[in-house]
Amino acid sequence: MAKITKANSVGEWFDQRLNTTTFNKVMMTEYWIPKDINFLWAMGVVLAVTFKILVISGIFLLMYYKPDVNLAFDSVNYTIMQEVAYGWLFRHMHGVAASVIFLIIYIHMFTGIYYGSYKKGREMIWISGMLLFMTFSAEGFSGYMLPWGQMSYWAAMVITNLFGGIPVIGDALVVWIRGDFNVADATLTRFFMLHVFLLPLAIMGLIGLHFYTLRIPHVNTQTSEELDFDAEAEKYLSGDKKSAKVIPFWPVFLSKDFAVLSVFLIFYFYLVFFHFNFAMDPVNFDPADNMVTPAHIYPEWYFLWSYEVLRGFFFDIAGIKAFDLGLMAFGVANGIFLVLPFIDRDPDILPAYKRPRFHVWFWLLLIDLIVLTVYGKLPPEGMNSWVGFVAAVGFLLLFIALPFVTKADAKARGAV
Amino acid sequence: MSNNTDRRSFLGFSFAAVAAVGAVPALIGMKKAWDPLPSVLAGGFTEVDLTTLKPGKPATVQWRGKPVFVLKKTAQMEKSDRDVIVGSDRFTVAIGLCTHLGCIPAWKKDVWKCACHGGEFNASGKQTFGPPPRPLDLPEFGLKGNILVLGETGPQYTKLMTVKA
Repeated sequence: MAKITKANSVGEWFDQRLNTTTFNKVMMTEYWIPKDINFLWAMGVVLAVTFKILVISGIFLLMYYKPDVNLAFDSVNYTIMQEVAYGWLFRHMHGVAASVIFLIIYIHMFTGIYYGSYKKGREMIWISGMLLFMTFSAEGFSGYMLPWGQMSYWAAMVITNLFGGIPVIGDALVVWIRGDFNVADATLTRFFMLHVFLLPLAIMGLIGLHFYTLRIPHVNTQTSEELDFDAEAEKYLSGDKKSAKVIPFWPVFLSKDFAVLSVFLIFYFYLVFFHFNFAMDPVNFDPADNMVTPAHIYPEWYFLWSYEVLRGFFFDIAGIKAFDLGLMAFGVANGIFLVLPFIDRDPDILPAYKRPRFHVWFWLLLIDLIVLTVYGKLPPEGMNSWVGFVAAVGFLLLFIALPFVTKADAKARGAV
Repeated sequence: MSNNTDRRSFLGFSFAAVAAVGAVPALIGMKKAWDPLPSVLAGGFTEVDLTTLKPGKPATVQWRGKPVFVLKKTAQMEKSDRDVIVGSDRFTVAIGLCTHLGCIPAWKKDVWKCACHGGEFNASGKQTFGPPPRPLDLPEFGLKGNILVLGETGPQYTKLMTVKA
């Protein structure tokens, strides 16, 4: 048992019992962040705050939302939107934040890809991040179902049907996931549970893991310089803050993050108040009807690229059904980023502009994803189907090429 | 020392055994809790009077929450081994959900077109374009004279299913 003496302050009282001084040092004032970073390194904190906004606005929606096929639509579109004071605000905050968080996730991800922050000791940062992306995707999908409009219903129909593509157990699995032969009340209530409890719980756990994975390998820098964090920290603590290459997480790094955060929040609340419609699909203001499919259905913008990979394969190739091809490509598209650290064969961490072939690959991938996103929203007819097909094949080819591209860069540099 | 280790491993293995015995029924229970409820499984029957249908104009009826297409074929439409024959008339009876991902295809002139991923089915319910992997599914049905009873398994349904297999 620790030696407890009479405490002279509240702080000391807690320090004796919880060791708060050391805890504060480890987590904040002596958690070292490199200096050589830019505003893109602030996206982690922006994401954490956006998630907090989602949780808080979600709590207020949860108090009036009713997970029942007969009540859900009105509880959202009448009770929350018209009766609850500021209910509209919480709904728009929740919907816009759900959309914007994916924009920031993509920026965060592509910053990591550009600077090579996913390898040589940083694999677990990347993997935990991709697991977060997957749980956020599930969270976005399950939340989209709750207003029980036409888009909610048919998105649920299409996504649950995807599991029907799994060999042997597919059809039974679809019925099991839905709890009914079609998307129905049982489906709504279980996805409601996932959305408000199990998935947020998983996300919070994964965020903790994601933060922890940064501790040992540390944050990457703009030039991928390998730093002796202990030596640099000592310099900083001895007062030589200028030549030290690190800064403490709190208060120095976070104060910069908060500046970026302010810009983001102004942009976010501009969207919430003046431009929320992009996150509120008009078709979803028709109540769910299991006998009428809307003329044209599409997912939210952040799923469009993988949706287009799915439907890009619209004809059978070499005896394999178009349906199975699309599903396999979709499976690859959703899993491939997870193994990125292992298919990048360049042993060094360098920003993309110092890896000429990878640099081209990076921008090709970004362009391909934008093409997939644009065509994912267009009706699958005529020329559109073919552009989608080419872009979907291109996406797969890019990842097949990656090991060779990265190896060639390393060879040219003389690293292997 | 080794005596101690053995004792610990024994305790460890006994716990693993207890945990495994507990885990299996727990997982089965959780799996079953997500199965469709008895009230859902007992979903009803739907009757369709075939004499009210106009040739070439499909009717959509609801059966167990799903749309079912019933089309009285015109003389020009191709004959198919999937046709339901009542007297001298041929009918296409099919679950109206695209076999790709379950959207409801819409009747456009003489084909069912799916808006979601561009799939097409002809008047016999066979896929002719796009990603659908198989023809529209057959619902279970029986016939009582000119009345089509969805949910029963009549002799023609059994016959069609054997033709398919």
